Amino acid sequence: MIDMLLRYLSYGFVRNALIVGCLVALCSSVLGVSLVLRRYSMIGDGLSHVAFGAIAVATVAGMAPLAFSVPVVVLSAILLLRISDSSRISGDSAIAMISSGALALGVCVISVSGGVNSDISSYMFGSINAMSRSDVILAISLSAAVLIIYLLFFNRIFAVTFDESFSGATGIKTKAYKMLIATVSGLTVVVGMRVMGALLISALIIFPALTSMRLFKSFRAVVLSSAVISVLCSFGGIMAACFFDLPTGAAIVVLNGILFLLSLAVSRFV
Amino acid sequence: MINFDRSSPHLMEAKDLCLAYDGRMVLCEVDFHIDAGDYLCILGENGSGKSTLLKALLGLKAPTDGKIIYGAGLTQSLVGYLPQQTQIQKDFPASVREVVLSGCLGGGFFPFYRAADKKKAQDAMEKMGISHLATRCYRELSGGQQQRVLLARALCAAGKILLLDEPVSGLDVGVTKEMYGIISEINRSGVSVVMVSHDLDAALKYSSRVLHLDHTVKFFGDTSDYLRSSVFERFSAGKGGEKND
Repeated sequence: MIDMLLRYLSYGFVRNALIVGCLVALCSSVLGVSLVLRRYSMIGDGLSHVAFGAIAVATVAGMAPLAFSVPVVVLSAILLLRISDSSRISGDSAIAMISSGALALGVCVISVSGGVNSDISSYMFGSINAMSRSDVILAISLSAAVLIIYLLFFNRIFAVTFDESFSGATGIKTKAYKMLIATVSGLTVVVGMRVMGALLISALIIFPALTSMRLFKSFRAVVLSSAVISVLCSFGGIMAACFFDLPTGAAIVVLNGILFLLSLAVSRFV
Repeated sequence: MINFDRSSPHLMEAKDLCLAYDGRMVLCEVDFHIDAGDYLCILGENGSGKSTLLKALLGLKAPTDGKIIYGAGLTQSLVGYLPQQTQIQKDFPASVREVVLSGCLGGGFFPFYRAADKKKAQDAMEKMGISHLATRCYRELSGGQQQRVLLARALCAAGKILLLDEPVSGLDVGVTKEMYGIISEINRSGVSVVMVSHDLDAALKYSSRVLHLDHTVKFFGDTSDYLRSSVFERFSAGKGGEKND
């Protein structure tokens, strides 16, 4: 068993997959706590569909997929947050509308251009075992940025997440912090999509936060536990995918699901 | 949204203020002011724009017309606020200490809590009698305890003035009385209090001034004058009628 593990670890592509997978898991899980608590869980899902649409358009138009989809997704993230907060439009239907609309657009564009190619399908289901050097560098720099932002603004992110009106009244720029969270979530979704695929990335945002909320009672503990759970699941999922020849993204999500069920049982009986 | 005028003698002042909610005008031509040491109660029927006015005073809602002036050296970081509880907070994992400490964040960009902030939070918790709950989870406390936690947080922020939105809604009679006692205590220690309330009897008992709203200002002045006004007579008759229903 250990021998097998070490042998897999000696492969460059497995090491790259582990680095990118764990870093993306770390970012999405800490952001996920705020998103889940503010009832923005569906935004992660919506954003991944928008990102998929954008990548389809970029691929067909011959543009660099990431250079095109990053600004599109970040703008959509800001737009979705705005819509969710407006009292006049119902937030959940607006998110469903935008995400399925973007997905439909992407599918149409792909079909017109002659069907799904391997590049597009890799964004749909993830392609963690084909991480290039530039993917690894991108993932490392993005995670570093997310973690530094999160550490520096941790107390203010908590305050704004817990009570936006109070924070605003005492002079915290709540809109700026929400923009920050939206922007960083958008970036994380785009990078995470390479790993997990558009269809599964929202699981990385939602599962660790929900599991930790069952187990811990302070915000700091929930954030820390989310990060740990998410990284462990990613590591475990990637290795399980190697051992049992499973699709990596799906294996990570299934592990997260198992941990969530366990946390349900633990919180009930302890 | 908020104008600052150091030369104004009033802590807060509303001039020709008009406010809309969901595109509908709820308050118009509102003029009043709050001075240091005041205990002002904002009264009025449901939907008369009380909470909206409070939000505007805090800079959370832009007026459609008129302006709000902070005077006498008041800044947003000296304002404490006790909002109504939100749905989000009901299942929020946060320790009591985390919630109270977040009252110390106003103004500045220093990313972490300083020793002075921790001391302030500790003092506020002691004042509210909740220090023994510091490591407990906010969502597991009773309604009265939660309200004390939020009040302790507001105290950390309230250097000069404290604004309360229905501070006793949902609390039982004994706890309500305690809350009013605590609020009066805070007022006596030199912090101005502005309270939106449904509870007419308590408002008259504890406040020094009254602002009565019904789409505009119906009465603004000392509580003793309010008791002799025709506005009070009609309002209390209406309230009495409600009780008989």
